[in-house]
Amino acid sequence: MLTEDEKHLIEHVWEKVLEHQEDFGAEALERMFCVYPSTKTYFPHFDLHHDSEQIRHHGKKVVGALGDAVRHLDNLSATLSELSNLHAYNLRVDPVNFKLLSHCFQVVLGVHLGREYTPQVHVAYDKFLAAVSAVLAEKYR
Amino acid sequence: MSAASAKDPSLVTMVHWTAEEKQLITSLWGKVNVEECGGEALARLLIVYPWTQRFFSAFGNLSSPTAIIGNPKVRAHGKKVLTSFGDAVKNLDNIKATYAKLSELHCDKLHVDPENFSLLGNILIIVLATHFPKEFTPACQAAWQKLVSAVAHALALGYH
Repeated sequence: MLTEDEKHLIEHVWEKVLEHQEDFGAEALERMFCVYPSTKTYFPHFDLHHDSEQIRHHGKKVVGALGDAVRHLDNLSATLSELSNLHAYNLRVDPVNFKLLSHCFQVVLGVHLGREYTPQVHVAYDKFLAAVSAVLAEKYR
Repeated sequence: MSAASAKDPSLVTMVHWTAEEKQLITSLWGKVNVEECGGEALARLLIVYPWTQRFFSAFGNLSSPTAIIGNPKVRAHGKKVLTSFGDAVKNLDNIKATYAKLSELHCDKLHVDPENFSLLGNILIIVLATHFPKEFTPACQAAWQKLVSAVAHALALGYH
């Protein structure tokens, strides 16, 4: 469970993410496709070249959804309900991949925030992304 | 995995590095302050995954992130761990042999679940990302992920 301090840290750091939503999202996806090639199997219909329009668009969507989650940290289940349905019945992404994208998103935060990505921020985001992943997999079975 | 490698265990455990991957690894390693990054990686492991503190009851005060970050034993041990990583960097073509004794130690004496090696590996990746924003491109991350994975695997090989 996120503590009050962790929630504040998450919200505070998210202000920085807001300035670069599309960039951060695209970079997280690009890192994931590069480091974990098996994740590309979910995107056979995409142009996966560096800086592709599809990756930028999708990255923006993903970070947008994370932003919704940040604004409703006390109610992730309800906030992400539609996305939860989508992933369970339509996309059926194996949940192991949520960890892979979460890790790559944290690498992006690390690269762009540097020293500001303190251990306290790190654990808060690790917990937050794990909570989001759990909600997305909630209706799988 | 081909049929040939399925028969020969030593082939299964060999990692193949491209010239580019070796370059990415060794050039970044040359810039790493082992004491600073090692200490930080271990501190983050203990903070982000607090259950890992189970192995360090002799380290004194681990009661808060501030205590962990300032703990001299954490810093010293982190330096020791990352120094050992340097052995992998210098022996990329023989990581398995490099870690044979340490594998035995972690199983028989330290009783560490190999899952922890993966956790520390990913923490190290994030530490490198925060210290080297320019160098830590996706390709560089991929090479280093392959390295931390190879080290984790080699450390687990001796378990019985």
